[in-house]
Amino acid sequence: MGMTEAILLTIATAATPLLIAAIGELVVERSGVLNLGVEGMMVMGAVGGFVVASLTGNPWIGVLAAIALGVLTSLLFAFLTISLAANQVATGLSLTILGLGASSLMGEKFVGQAGKKLGNLDLPVLSDIPLIGPLIFGQDPIFYISIALVIGVSWFLFRTRAGLTLRSIGNNHHSAHALGIPVLRYRYLAVMFGGACAGLAGGHLSLVYTPQWVENMTAGRGWIALALVVFASWRPARVLAGAYLFGAVSIGQLHAQALGIAVPSQLLTALPFLATIVVLVLISQNVRATLINTPAMLGRPFVPDR
Amino acid sequence: MRLELIKRSAPAPSMRILSPLLGLFLALIAGAIMFSALGKAPDRALYAFFIEPVSEMWSVHELLIKAAPLILMGAGLCICFQSNNWNIGAEGQMIVGAIFGAALPILLPDVQNFLILPLMLIFGILGGMLYGFIPALLKAKFKTNEILTSLMLVYVAQMLLDWIVRGPWRNPEGMNFPESRRFHEWARIPEMIPADGRANWGFVIAIIVAVALGIMLAKSLKGFEVKVIGTSPKAAQFAGFDRQKMIFFAFLLAGGCAGLAGIIEVAGATGQLRPTVSPGYGFTAIIVAYLGRLNPIGAIVAGLVLALTYLGGEAAQISLGLSDKIARVFQGLILFFVLACDTLILYKIRLTFGAAHKGAA
Repeated sequence: MGMTEAILLTIATAATPLLIAAIGELVVERSGVLNLGVEGMMVMGAVGGFVVASLTGNPWIGVLAAIALGVLTSLLFAFLTISLAANQVATGLSLTILGLGASSLMGEKFVGQAGKKLGNLDLPVLSDIPLIGPLIFGQDPIFYISIALVIGVSWFLFRTRAGLTLRSIGNNHHSAHALGIPVLRYRYLAVMFGGACAGLAGGHLSLVYTPQWVENMTAGRGWIALALVVFASWRPARVLAGAYLFGAVSIGQLHAQALGIAVPSQLLTALPFLATIVVLVLISQNVRATLINTPAMLGRPFVPDR
Repeated sequence: MRLELIKRSAPAPSMRILSPLLGLFLALIAGAIMFSALGKAPDRALYAFFIEPVSEMWSVHELLIKAAPLILMGAGLCICFQSNNWNIGAEGQMIVGAIFGAALPILLPDVQNFLILPLMLIFGILGGMLYGFIPALLKAKFKTNEILTSLMLVYVAQMLLDWIVRGPWRNPEGMNFPESRRFHEWARIPEMIPADGRANWGFVIAIIVAVALGIMLAKSLKGFEVKVIGTSPKAAQFAGFDRQKMIFFAFLLAGGCAGLAGIIEVAGATGQLRPTVSPGYGFTAIIVAYLGRLNPIGAIVAGLVLALTYLGGEAAQISLGLSDKIARVFQGLILFFVLACDTLILYKIRLTFGAAHKGAA
């Protein structure tokens, strides 16, 4: 395997968790709910995936556990913000605080243990084609899920009736309710989908990216995923582009550190976050695209009158 | 079973006070369940977590040390959140405040007189304000989401601190440990009652600031402006209140408070700059603000409560052999339950059984 392939592969591995978490949050936000707890759900997925994979010896069961924990965590958020109409910003933050705390508690005995890695796809002949082989036929299974998610979510949001309904709820929950659409049920499902994605993204971190458990191992990726949704102005294909851009930035800084470039390593570590800020500023310049795509009800609670 | 929210004709003021108490109570119950699940007798565990840390004088002092930054930042965030500015980067503003303030005793170790400490506090405030200015500017000029930018800047500040302590500001006589030189006596905040414990005058500063902010919010025109802009942007516009200016006001105020908290932390308890200055006080301060009803006076009480969770975590580690991570779980639970109970301010909750009655009541 050549150098180019290796770099492209690591970029894909770094981009995958960002992509999955962001695509989940995109669906949540399209329904008009702002869940700032992505980091919390993601880290719960990471710890759940790692612990269960270690205990059962099967990384696939770990992946399922990661998804399940993400959904469970998101249900806490859903209950507060949808059933109790609590402030979404504050509840999302509490979910992150709770997730970071609970995950370090759950994972404490597993710190430093070698994990179970989810193996890469290895097809005869196909995976051996130079360049394309490893990139298209030789990656980890979650990579393929992430691509399928982008296509699936695109199709769902813009080609199905349920997707149209979901977007209409995000744009005006009062009209949707007046039309007899069960607003709260749609939102519950959207939040749970977001939780499943965040959990899976966390599972990717602890089962593929670095198969071990480290406290706070998400290291701000949940927040970058949130920024990606804004960056993508709520379009799935642009989330894909954004995630790979950020994957490239974070891999670039790792390579720069390895090469011993005469820049403090801390500056390089801070680079993805600085890049996020710059990108957010640039994208907010484009007022029209933002206005067209931003779900108008984003962050506003809805209580049906009876 | 279904849960229905029924809007009250007016917000219930009693619930505004009762909700945090109810929330704390529910968090305690959840905590008791958690302790049982971890195989500890819940009564003894809760006692060790919440009572033992304040049963001795020296640990009360530790409580005040931890409460000072929480109260300061919580009070600043109250104003920020009330004006609808979502600064969640207090942690970063605290770090930069600590760096700015610490610059004086580290870079000018020979300047030793009574002026140095007040100057450090001012530098700390300026550092925090400067760092709070960035998300404010981006929000005001470019409409960039302040939640994301202020949070991203926390990671940047942490890396800046790490670099400066391991690199240029490393103690030349420090055996290569990643820490700055120790501050000289003039650069330390004196302890209040050294015979009893370590608590320093930083706690008093925090109380004074919180009370001043409380009075400002309740009595001044600026305070009124904060509340109007937060609750009713349209009315604020008619009144001629400037939302753009409020963004800067809120962020500079909260940033200044956080910067002050940062320099109080390093000039008080630690006495030098280390790679981490705060165990997440800036994020806990968000909980302080909410538990304190977004009221700076309330933040004093809430700051003490959350300081206790930090001490409780340490106590649980020592006397119960549990992880001090429990503290963070407790903090999350408190915010969670308080937010849930806040629903009762605006709504009554009704549980209905069986099939839904469409159109009933």
